[in-house]
Amino acid sequence: MKRLLINPRFCKGCGICAAFCPKSALELKDGKAALKERCSCILCGLCEQRCPDYAIFLRDEVGA
Amino acid sequence: MSELRLLQGNEACVEGALAAGMRFFAGYPITPSTEIAERCALRLPQKGGKFIQMEDELASIAAVIGASVAGVKAMTATSGPGFSLMQENIGYASLAEIPCVIVNVQRCGPSSGLPTSPAQGDYMQARWGTHGDHPIIAISPSTVQEAYTLMIRCFNLSEKYRVPVIFLMDEIVGHLREGTEFPAAESLELYERVSSPVMGIDKHCYQVEEGEWAPRLNPFGRGERYNITGLIHDEGGFPTNNKATARALISRLLDKIDRNTEDICDAREYRMEDAEIAVVCYGGTVRSAMAAVERARAEGARVGMFRPVTVWPFPEARLRAWLPQLKGLIVAEHNHGQMLLEVERVARRPARMIGRVNGTLIPPDEIYAAIMEDNV
Amino acid sequence: MREYSDLIYKYTRVDHLPHIWCAGCGNGILTRDVAVAFERLKLEREKTVVVSGIGCSSRAAGYLDVNTIHTTHGRALAFATGIKLANPELHVVVITGDGDCAAIGGNHLIHAARRNIDLTAIVFNNNTYGMTGGQYSPTTPTGDKGTTAPYGNIDRAFDIARLAESSGASYTARGTAYHTLETIQAIERGILHKGFSLIDCYSVCPTYYGRKNKKGSAVDMLIWQRDHGVPRARYDALSPEERQGKFPVGILQQNDYPEFIEQYQRIIDGCETEQERSAFIHD
Repeated sequence: MKRLLINPRFCKGCGICAAFCPKSALELKDGKAALKERCSCILCGLCEQRCPDYAIFLRDEVGA
Repeated sequence: MSELRLLQGNEACVEGALAAGMRFFAGYPITPSTEIAERCALRLPQKGGKFIQMEDELASIAAVIGASVAGVKAMTATSGPGFSLMQENIGYASLAEIPCVIVNVQRCGPSSGLPTSPAQGDYMQARWGTHGDHPIIAISPSTVQEAYTLMIRCFNLSEKYRVPVIFLMDEIVGHLREGTEFPAAESLELYERVSSPVMGIDKHCYQVEEGEWAPRLNPFGRGERYNITGLIHDEGGFPTNNKATARALISRLLDKIDRNTEDICDAREYRMEDAEIAVVCYGGTVRSAMAAVERARAEGARVGMFRPVTVWPFPEARLRAWLPQLKGLIVAEHNHGQMLLEVERVARRPARMIGRVNGTLIPPDEIYAAIMEDNV
Repeated sequence: MREYSDLIYKYTRVDHLPHIWCAGCGNGILTRDVAVAFERLKLEREKTVVVSGIGCSSRAAGYLDVNTIHTTHGRALAFATGIKLANPELHVVVITGDGDCAAIGGNHLIHAARRNIDLTAIVFNNNTYGMTGGQYSPTTPTGDKGTTAPYGNIDRAFDIARLAESSGASYTARGTAYHTLETIQAIERGILHKGFSLIDCYSVCPTYYGRKNKKGSAVDMLIWQRDHGVPRARYDALSPEERQGKFPVGILQQNDYPEFIEQYQRIIDGCETEQERSAFIHD
């Protein structure tokens, strides 16, 4: 099982991940990428592909 | 076993470089240095080395630095206009500490100048051609034999101090033909670049070992992964704006030459033992000076010749040692007075200048006349 | 828990992140594409060299965890030529920009292409000089503005891929910051290609080029790339009318011209097989 992780230290708030998310699952909160509360993320990874700052990525959930 | 060959200076310098282990040449044709590129094109593949004619001198010096980064002893050769074009990357090699040898067979400038009459007008450029405070070594041969032997010294110093070395030839020596002795390979003292054990991810590729002056950067491909840059960098090789780091780096770069002048500097004295007048000269001017000294000596003048071989850094300790006995200093060089400034700086007194900027040679007569005028 | 993906951990120098590029800069996306291509090709990092010049593009080298050399403005291809020729076993990839490779380094670009030397040049083409604050570059479209073209640029723009092709490059491709999959594939194939390969990647510079020319945000600029770039196979199926205003993304052309280092090796081999001649040849 994969999980979407966001690193606010790297995020510069460009909004590319949110704009191209096919499920509109992402938004900018206080200038940083964040999953919306009612999350419809399908773990497609398109945000990771286009994040210029390597701040959002999928990771295999350990022990899940 | 040594061999004797009739060669011109340009050819001899290639043979010296090959003997030193040079296996990469990149260059662009320019008179009076072209024979160097031609001979490299012929000789390098015979030794398993690589020759490439680049699109210009900017590319030539860049390719040479690239080859050196990959671990191969590399050189280029050019003349005035091309030497000007190379300056930026000579600074890069100084800062990034990439060994390389640049042959400049000087011709009469400025600009395209007098192609391709002899001159020594690039003396100051050899020291200060690239921007910023930087280390450099320049060596000037005055015979075809020296074009061979001093070329080996250029590579040795470049590898040892990881600094670009300028082989400051001139048209006179470059196109002179003389019998040249090629010493037996076993008799040559060659300095091979010091490398360090492969450290995996090398965080401190630019760290200098205790008692050493230059980092032991391994060639790319040896097992490390590190960064080289023309920006001021830390010991890890990464750019930094830290003022203390910048000062430490630039100080070390300058110190590695300034504090090792005894090892680096070389000069030759001719009949200086009781001399009261010294003719200071280098490169292709040396023969005229020697003839003038001989003639003046025959007429009783106490005159000798002082000749820097390492022209940068200027061998000032060697000259200073003679100053107490000297009453007169004559500087003969094929320019408007460049090494003159170094001589006067070291001597702290004016020297008489014999110069040429029209592409003709300084004849022995003129130096002789100056000696006799001073010898009163 | 690490703050970055396995890819970023393996192929970038994470201690140096976050990088210096502006928010929304296409260079970050393209650098990741390069890392993905390296990973897919399983390139040994110790045998891989990334050479860059000067400019925003050229800061990419320092972030990639291979052997990297950040050289002088315009000269990356010439440095790379020396590295590759001295040690042909190395994978040598050049990351350069539109100003770096098509203005100050234009001569080196056309000659590296002409020699067809086995290098891969990846151009982060952002239509401007970003590092110096947004001056017009050789790929700024005519009429567009830069800080040195306040009345609009009167120069015509280079198509760097076509320039390389016409100079003899045996592989050229188009990438964009938007089309990541196609761009990664184009880079992968370029590295595998024996000869000079160039991947001209449209980046986005929202800070200077975008703002000066009212192109909107980074998102708007990527949407423009999405709407105008068409993957090569689909582009080929379009009618001439449908192709109006569109450009193909992916491989543009590939040839098997002789490669420089292989040719040179033949010369070396020829010298060795010739009967032992005197070391000093005067004929």
